[in-house]
Amino acid sequence: MSALLDIRDLDLWLDARPPRRLLRRVSLQVAPGQIVGLVGESGAGKTMVSRVVLGIAPANTRVRHGSVVFDGRDITHLSEAQRRHLLGREIAFIPQNPMTALNPVERIESQITDVLRMHLDLDRAAARDRAATLLREVHLREPEKILRQYPHELSGGMRQRVLIAIAFACKPKLVIADEPTTALDVTVQKQILQLIRELQRNSGTAILFITHDLGVVAKLCDRIAVMHGGRVLESASAAQLFASPVHDYTRALFAATPRFDRPGDELKPIPAALTRRLVEEARVLDARNA
Amino acid sequence: MKALALLRNPRVAFGMLVLLALFIAAAGAPWLSSYDPLEQDLLNSFQSPGVAGGDDAHPLGTDSLGRDILARLIYGARPALIVAFVAAFFAGLLGTALGLAAGYAGGRLDAAISRLVDVWMSFPSVLLCIVLAAVLGAGLHTVVIAIIVIDWTRFCRVVRAETMLQKSHDYVASAVTIGLGPGRIVASEILPNVAPLLLTLFTLEMGIAIVVEAILSFVGLSVSSGMPTWGGLIQEGRLYVNQAWWLMAAPMACIIVAVLGLNALGDGMRDEIDPVKAR
Repeated sequence: MSALLDIRDLDLWLDARPPRRLLRRVSLQVAPGQIVGLVGESGAGKTMVSRVVLGIAPANTRVRHGSVVFDGRDITHLSEAQRRHLLGREIAFIPQNPMTALNPVERIESQITDVLRMHLDLDRAAARDRAATLLREVHLREPEKILRQYPHELSGGMRQRVLIAIAFACKPKLVIADEPTTALDVTVQKQILQLIRELQRNSGTAILFITHDLGVVAKLCDRIAVMHGGRVLESASAAQLFASPVHDYTRALFAATPRFDRPGDELKPIPAALTRRLVEEARVLDARNA
Repeated sequence: MKALALLRNPRVAFGMLVLLALFIAAAGAPWLSSYDPLEQDLLNSFQSPGVAGGDDAHPLGTDSLGRDILARLIYGARPALIVAFVAAFFAGLLGTALGLAAGYAGGRLDAAISRLVDVWMSFPSVLLCIVLAAVLGAGLHTVVIAIIVIDWTRFCRVVRAETMLQKSHDYVASAVTIGLGPGRIVASEILPNVAPLLLTLFTLEMGIAIVVEAILSFVGLSVSSGMPTWGGLIQEGRLYVNQAWWLMAAPMACIIVAVLGLNALGDGMRDEIDPVKAR
């Protein structure tokens, strides 16, 4: 099966003196309809990968090597107009923090209809109807009322549902979710994950799911890629990765995860020697690719 | 609903009252005053104000040519208010457009606009104003243009900073990821979030414009002499301050109250609208 999203040997550099390498030959594939988890600790480069795919990497960064191919088309260096056409319609994004991702002075209605009218050419009334349907699909009660409300009148979970509705509004082929549950409390997290799973099943959308929560990826994802220091260390199907992790870092990551089914277990931090080894490997790699 | 809540702030209420009084004076001048501001009555010159024991027919007295001071003050509200609104509006328009562009685009455009603002602001403003007025010739349009040319930088700087702040918020990134273009994002996402600040700036700028108008009419660069302006009244009154103090005191009081009111309105609104202080 050919991949929907095919990231090959992606290098991202930060323009600084001296330049710093943010991504080191990252390769990652997402097949149509698949959920791929991208895990790693803070600063591993997970979010940078998503930003390069979306084309919203910070202005002081450069892709110096590799490519991002989406649906058979190289989207590494698209013009802004071409990208605008793609975002929202083919590739959508669910942001991390629902509290800040909605415009505080705009009603929910126009925030949803913006994307519908932009890409689907609907008139105002049709877009409004569609928006209400979308809110129903993300299980928000009284969609008509919510459409008239402002973001501050909704709870965090409700706002995240609105953002998910916006992401799935144009039936995109790929949704990138950047830690969509991190800012929510645990009970809401579970509902949001169920919702994403349900929408994914109904629409057949592929999802690139970025998180540092191994528990989440275990339940949700088909494939998992483990990142550290801007590198993908290991990538395998979820079942295989959990059953027999190959890379030492993956094993260390599992050992460092609290298990509620085994409360007596001691938690082992990632060994400093391992981190040193990874940093050294990265340095050697940088010397070779510079 | 929100507007009523704003009025509960004493400063906003005071400012709105002053603004309303200015409006009524400017619009209703012919009905409010029983005298023509230009009508001379040489037999009744230097009448002391009715309130200070003079003739009740002239509550604020008359000037050297026997013209009614109250009438001249009321008519003087017209140029003051016109300048305040028109100049503040266009200065706001120009400054906001450039500020939004600089703040959102960043990079070279931002550097160019910011340096321009720096250079612009390094000129002493009153001097620049007078030079401009001298070049353009006296008249109300000159005052308006001078204020726009000088004060757009105030709007530009503040709007640029606020735009940069808003741009860093997630909702702007969200707008980008649904495929909205930069023009659309600035106009329909960022501008509404900058609007409360603009309202405050606009009010403060109106106060500044009234002062500048007074300065320019004091030096005779505003409306042609004869037509009453507050600055012009002060200038005329200056000559007779030892015989008739009210000639100068009355227009000064008008300017002070108007500017105080507009500043209070601006400050009050800033406090009310600022979400950090509101919580």
